[in-house]
Amino acid sequence: MDWAPAQRILQQMSPVGESDLIPLLQNLQDTYGYLPAEVLTEVSRQTGIPTSRMYGVITFYAQFSMKPRGRHTIRCCRGTACHVRGGQSVADAVGRVLGIADGETTQDGRFTFETVACLGTCFLAPVMMVDNDYFGLLRPEKVNSILDAYP
Amino acid sequence: MISPNTPIPNAAALKAWRAELVETRKRTRGRVLVCATGCRALGALDVSKAFRDKLASAGLSQEIDVVETGCHGLCARAPLVLIEPQDFLYGPVAPADVDEIIEVTLRGGKPVTRLCGKADGQTTAVLREEPFYRAQKRDVYRLCGRVDPKRIEDAVAYGTYETLAKVLTSRTPEQVISEVTASGLRGRGGAGFPTGRKWALCRDVAGDRKYVICNADEGDPGAFMDRALLEGVPHQILEGMLMAGYAIGATNGVVYVRAEYPIAVEHAKIAVEQARAHGLLGRNILGSKFSFEIDIRMGAGAFICGEETALIASLEGRRGMPRPRPPFPAQRGLLGCPTTINNVETLANVPLILRDGAAAFSAVGTAGSKGTKVFALAGKVRNTGLVEVPLGATLRQIVFDIGGGIPGDRPFKAAQMGGPSGGCVPAQYLDLPIDYDSVKQLGAIMGSGGLVVMDSSTCMVDIARFFTDFVHKESCGKCVPCRVGTKQMLDILVRITKGEGRMEDLEKIVSLGEMIRASSLCGLGQTAANPSLSTVRHFRDEYEAHIRDHRCPAGVCRALLKYTILADACTGCHACAKKCPVAAIVGKAKKPHEIIQAKCIKCGACREACKFDAVRLE
Ligand SMILES: Cc1cc2nc3c(=O)[nH]c(=O)nc-3n(C[C@H](O)[C@H](O)[C@H](O)COP(=O)(O)O)c2cc1C
Ligand code: SF4
Ligand code: FES
Repeated sequence: MDWAPAQRILQQMSPVGESDLIPLLQNLQDTYGYLPAEVLTEVSRQTGIPTSRMYGVITFYAQFSMKPRGRHTIRCCRGTACHVRGGQSVADAVGRVLGIADGETTQDGRFTFETVACLGTCFLAPVMMVDNDYFGLLRPEKVNSILDAYP
Repeated sequence: MISPNTPIPNAAALKAWRAELVETRKRTRGRVLVCATGCRALGALDVSKAFRDKLASAGLSQEIDVVETGCHGLCARAPLVLIEPQDFLYGPVAPADVDEIIEVTLRGGKPVTRLCGKADGQTTAVLREEPFYRAQKRDVYRLCGRVDPKRIEDAVAYGTYETLAKVLTSRTPEQVISEVTASGLRGRGGAGFPTGRKWALCRDVAGDRKYVICNADEGDPGAFMDRALLEGVPHQILEGMLMAGYAIGATNGVVYVRAEYPIAVEHAKIAVEQARAHGLLGRNILGSKFSFEIDIRMGAGAFICGEETALIASLEGRRGMPRPRPPFPAQRGLLGCPTTINNVETLANVPLILRDGAAAFSAVGTAGSKGTKVFALAGKVRNTGLVEVPLGATLRQIVFDIGGGIPGDRPFKAAQMGGPSGGCVPAQYLDLPIDYDSVKQLGAIMGSGGLVVMDSSTCMVDIARFFTDFVHKESCGKCVPCRVGTKQMLDILVRITKGEGRMEDLEKIVSLGEMIRASSLCGLGQTAANPSLSTVRHFRDEYEAHIRDHRCPAGVCRALLKYTILADACTGCHACAKKCPVAAIVGKAKKPHEIIQAKCIKCGACREACKFDAVRLE
C-alpha cells in the first residue's frame, strides 16, 4: 500500500480533529479510489481517531466504500421525477448492460453502479451521471453508447 | 480601480467599484448568456464554446460577451441561450445554430424565430412575453441566468454586497433581526419556521463562538431550487449568510452541500475565495468591526443529513443521526456553540428584504406566508423548470399557465409536493391558493418546493410504494417505528402492487401510518407515512382496483400487466423486436410477431415502437 498520498492529505489538513473525519475520508477516497483498511489503521494511529469510529461513519454514508471501486461511477437517479418518466427501465438497462446490480462493481474494475435519490436534474428526467457528467432525457437504448465513452 | 486581490476598504469603495464595473460593461454592446449549469447535461458547454470561437473569427469578441451563467428557469428547452440587450430566449440551441444567431441576431438585431417559444400560434421571442415567465414573479432568482457565477465582478455590478455594506454601516444587529421578523419570512427548507424569530433566539444565547449553517443538502427527490441558486448566484447566498452572521453575532459560517451537486460545490468554493480576496470575508469586513469566515463542506450521501441535528452530527464527524430537541441548535449547535441553520432559499431572500424593506417583502403573499416561493416543476408537465411565484398562487397557475399543462393533454391527476415528507394533492384542489398552511391541511407539506406533476399514466399506489421504499432506505435506524414500521408499510404496499393485497390492508396502512407519525423522533419518521396516507385518502379507488380487481388502472404495476401482439393488426415490420431489450419478441418478416411471456420484462418499449397499435396492454 502506498502510504505517501495519505501522509500528504494528513499534512494538508493538519491539525486533524474528530470533526474533520468526513472531509478526511472524502480526500482519502478521492485519492485511493476507496478506503483501504490498512490506510485507515495507519491514519487512526496518527490522528488518534479510533478505527471503530471510522467504521461507524463509513458504513453510515452511502458515498464511502472499503472495497475497490470502478474507475468510473454511474449514478442512476431513482427520484420521483425520474420514476414517473421511466427511470426504472434506465436503471434496469444499466444493470443489464453491465451484468451487475445496484452497489456493485464490474469484474474488470471499469464501472461502479449506484442508484441515488435525486440528481437535482429532474427537469431532464430520467437522468444519470457518469463521474461528474450529467445525461438527461434518457431511454434504455441510449445507455450503451453513453457508457462506451468511458473506457 | 479595485485590482483582483485587494480587499475593499469600505462601503464607498465598493460603490465606486460597482460604478466602474457598470461603466466597463458599456464597452460591449451585447451579451450571450448560455446556461452552463442545468443545461450542461444536454451539451451547453459545446454551445458556449461555439459562440466564443465563432465570435472570435467574426471579429465580434470585443463587442459581444459570451457568459456562462446559471439557470434561466425554462429547463424544458435546454440548452437555453439568452441574448442581451434584446432579451431573446432561444432553446434548445445546438452548436450548429450559432452561425445563424450571430448573423440574424447579433449582427441583424432580429430574432431567429425557429429557436423561440410559441404561444397560441405566435412566436414569443422575448423572454418576458413567454407565458412561462409572464405569470411569475422572479425576485429571488432575478440574477440567476444574468450573472457569471464565477465572477464576483458580475455580482457586484448587479448590486450584490451593496446591501451588506448598508447593513454594516447603518444598522445594528437588532435592527436587522426586527426587519427580517417584520417581513414575515418563513424558512424555505420545509418547516416554515419564522426566520427572524430563529435569529433572535440565537442572538439571545451568550457565546463567543456562534455558527451560521447554510443547508444546501437538498435531498428531496424532485427538488432542484437550491442547486440552481448555489450554482447561479452563489454571492447572493454568501451575502445572506453574512447578514445572518452579523445579526446573531456569529464569526463562522458553513455551507453544507450535497456531494451529488459538483457544480454547486465548485461555484460556492470559487465565490468564497473571491469574497475572501476582496475582503468581503475575513477580518473587519468593509472596514467594520464585523469579521466572518465561511467553509464549504460536502455531504456524503445521506438524505437524513438535511435534518438540522443530523447535519450538525455529520459536520462533527459522526454518523448523521438526529437527536431530540431541546436543546435547539440555537442553544447548543455545532461543536456545542449556538448555531442558526437556514435553507439556501431562505438566505437568498434576506438581502432583498434588507434592500427593499420589510413592507415591500410582506406586500407579496398571503396572510401567514409572505414573499415568493420557488418551485421545481418536474414530472408530467411541458415546461419543466424553476418557477418563482408569489405565495398564494394556485396549482393551476403553476402547472397550466406557467407549466403549459401536461404533454399529450392527458388529464392532471395529482401534484406530489414536499418530497418524501409530503403528499399528493389531487385535481379538485387545483384552485386552492398554495401557502404553508393550506398545503398542510391537505395532508401534504410545502416542503422545500419540489413539485412533481402526475397524470393518468401515474399509479398512485406505485408512488406510495416508491416513497415508502425511499424513506425505508434513508431511515437512520434510530427509532424502531421508523426503521421497522416503514418496512412493514413497504411490505403491504408491495403486496398490493402485485395484486396480492387484502381490503383490510387499507386500514392497516392508516393505523400503521399514524403510529409511525406519533412515535418517531425526527421529521423523516414523522412524515414517512404522508405519501401513503394521502394517497389512501385521495385515491382509495385505485387501491381498491389493485386489491379487488387485480388491475392497475394506470398500467404501471408490472406484475399486473401483460403485453400481447394482436395478430390481425401486426404487419410483421419487426420494429418492436428491434427495440425489445431482452429479445422476447419472435416472428418472421411480414408475419405476425409474438411475445414470449416468460422472457418479457414488461418495459413497454414494443408498445411505443409499434406504429400500428398492434401491441396490447392488459
Ligand atoms: C428528513 C429531513 C430532511 C431535510 N432536508 C432538508 C434539506 O435538504 N434542506 C433544507 O434546507 N432543510 C431540510 N430539512 C429541514 C431542516 O431540518 C431545517 O428545518 C431547515 O434547514 C431550516 O432552515 P429554514 O428555517 O431556513 O427553512 C430537512 C428536515 C428533515 C426532517
Ligand atoms: S414489454 Fe418490453 S420486454 Fe416485453 S416484449 Fe415488449 S419490449 Fe419486450
Ligand atoms: S428525480 Fe431524478 S434527478 Fe431529480
